Amino acid sequence: MTATIQSPRSGKIQPKYRRSGASKGNFEMIAWLFMRLSGVVLVVLIFGHLTVNLLVGEGIHAIDFGFVAGKWADPFWQFWDLAMLWLAMLHGTNGVRTIINDYAEKDATRLWLKIVLYAATTVIIILGTLVIFTFDPCPVANGVQLPGGFCPAP
Amino acid sequence: MWSWVGHRITGVVIFFFLLVHVLDTSLVRVSPEAYTAVIGAYKNPLMALGETGLVAAIVFHAFNGLRIIAVDFWKKGAKYQRQMLWTVLGLWVVVMAGFAIRHLSLAFGGH
Repeated sequence: MTATIQSPRSGKIQPKYRRSGASKGNFEMIAWLFMRLSGVVLVVLIFGHLTVNLLVGEGIHAIDFGFVAGKWADPFWQFWDLAMLWLAMLHGTNGVRTIINDYAEKDATRLWLKIVLYAATTVIIILGTLVIFTFDPCPVANGVQLPGGFCPAP
Repeated sequence: MWSWVGHRITGVVIFFFLLVHVLDTSLVRVSPEAYTAVIGAYKNPLMALGETGLVAAIVFHAFNGLRIIAVDFWKKGAKYQRQMLWTVLGLWVVVMAGFAIRHLSLAFGGH
């Protein structure tokens, strides 16, 4: 007669009884708090984003290259969009991480899903940050101004 | 329990749109014409329905998220969680009615 007893998952175990590796510290509590703090800020940032881009004036019809150029000529909107990018990506990544931990039961599946998730997050955050700060309202390719740009008169 | 399911589903939907949205915005670094062409795809009436659905997901996730924060940090949050859920759903209907009228009339109203 053998009984299989699952190892406890709770972190509240005296260190001398802990069989797995180093403790994760209070990472999960920080993540939990981050979701709530970033959530409040994101409500403001995203509702503002939707109002300015979709509700005011011509709404979605006004959005083109010139619209983006007009916004990013102002550091206010550069930092608005930067904050939105970082907070939304980290909030979303932590949410999807939680969902992977909840539903992917095999260790290897959890590991790989999270590797793909973190890779995608890293690429998107770096790409988005570079785009905001290297934006050029007057792009030139091979010495020729690309059509649709906003170039100073020669 | 269903608000929890709804929060997860809308969260995942918004996350995948966010990945696509950063990529489409990144086309401003390719060329003005590439960006304007792809953004043009968001302006057809069929996409306007999709955008309205996406905003519906965002507004629910936002209001229900604020409700979760109230349940966690407000002393009487747990006691009033049911009333707050109905408030979330009521505000969601009002905000979405306003948004849908505005956004869909822009998309379908001929321009």
